[in-house]
Amino acid sequence: MWEKLRDDFYQNFIVDDRWKYITEGLQNTLKITFFAVLIGILLGFLVAIIRSTYENTGRLKILNAICSVYLTVIRGTPVVVQLMIMYFIIFSFHDPGQIFTAILAFGINSGAYVAEIFRSGISSIERGQFEAGRSLGFNYAQTMWFIIMPQAFKNVVPTLANEFIVLLKETSVAGYIGLQDLTKGGDIIKSRTYSAFFPLISVALIYLVMVMVFSYLVTLLERRLKKSEH
Amino acid sequence: MKKNVIAIAAAVCMAAVLTACGGTGTKTETTANATEKAGTESTAAETKTAESAAGGKLVMVTNAEFPPYEYHDNNEIVGIDAEIAKAIADNLGMELEIQDMAFDSLIPAVQSGKADFTAAGMTVNEDRKKNVDFTDTYAKAAQVIIVKEGSDIADPDGLEGKKVGVQTGTTGDIYADDIKDANVQRYNKGMDAVMALTQDKIDAVVIDREPATVFVKDNTGLKILDEAFTEEEYAIAVKKGNTELLEKMNGAIKELKDSGELQKIIDKYITAK
Repeated sequence: MWEKLRDDFYQNFIVDDRWKYITEGLQNTLKITFFAVLIGILLGFLVAIIRSTYENTGRLKILNAICSVYLTVIRGTPVVVQLMIMYFIIFSFHDPGQIFTAILAFGINSGAYVAEIFRSGISSIERGQFEAGRSLGFNYAQTMWFIIMPQAFKNVVPTLANEFIVLLKETSVAGYIGLQDLTKGGDIIKSRTYSAFFPLISVALIYLVMVMVFSYLVTLLERRLKKSEH
Repeated sequence: MKKNVIAIAAAVCMAAVLTACGGTGTKTETTANATEKAGTESTAAETKTAESAAGGKLVMVTNAEFPPYEYHDNNEIVGIDAEIAKAIADNLGMELEIQDMAFDSLIPAVQSGKADFTAAGMTVNEDRKKNVDFTDTYAKAAQVIIVKEGSDIADPDGLEGKKVGVQTGTTGDIYADDIKDANVQRYNKGMDAVMALTQDKIDAVVIDREPATVFVKDNTGLKILDEAFTEEEYAIAVKKGNTELLEKMNGAIKELKDSGELQKIIDKYITAK
């Protein structure tokens, strides 16, 4: 039995340097996730600000309408369909590279969810805090930045972390546009060796470890943020 | 601090449970394999064969994105392989059920007994022979190169250092590994690779001749290079060690060949020649 297992391991990872499919795939997965998270936070932040400003003051009506359309469309369609639209339709006459396409697609997708997370964070802060800020002489933007945002951010950290975990795992559909991410790397090995066990379990373990490490970092951040609660 | 300890303990427990699951999985799998090697079929396989023999159902898996061998038409999977499989099933007096899945999952599906056989324009090669048993071949095939008209690639050597699109797990994909300095892009479907080619995302596509002919006919501005990448032959694959089904199928294939029906099916779909 051990011999068979060892032989399987050898076939799946050592022959033809097949482990490189996994490591290269992992690099791509990390690249896509990292930059998509950045785009997601930026977009989500902007959209949340616009939407809350409209809710609180009634200004930015047109921008708010645009944001609503963005949220409806992005949250109403599956990410894998958005990814293929980005690759085969939007970039049909120009190729910026698959990784870039994927970063953009996943970033725009994540932005919609992050926006709602931020907005719920902002509305979770009592109106009294806002009024206190204004009565101290802060204008709207200053109140938002110095009083509302820091408190809102602390409230949304767990949900935000959850969104990034989901995003990391969702990048596993990147293979649809011929991109070799971690999952696709495992698939390629599976297609060479015709055994499913090692490629799939190792891919699953790598995702699991990444999520566990990330969750640990988030607990550290949460603890640090709690320290200021005095 | 206490919380932290609990968290770590929980993580360790989870890991332990996972490893345990994995461990058991391997054990069963290996035992099954060992039994087969010893020549005695596992009970599950036996029951299945017994059922099949009694005029039961024959489950075929294929990747129905591969015209004219298999493709979706009017909510049905049709094509050369589908018709040959139907003819074989009729010959054996059994009912045929066709399931569609990704090409690289076909052999694992047959290996694990989820399907009885796969007919998917599958080329016979040594690596695959280690994992499944092939019937006699029923069609000649070749891997060809599709390029855009006016491309500077004129023969297989011209692929050196180019962006080459393939379908994951096909023989084209496996051979493309050997092209010097080539940037191989693996798509889930042959059609996706061809679409990427028409959009200038890649320089060439390596794929089987018959689907290539269909793709080139459906897309303007593409051509197939005269010189084939490789020549090969298709066969049906069954689970390793299932000699009973293998012999039956070989018998049926021989009959279809002798009666000329096989050629009739192929001619029906490949009119381009």
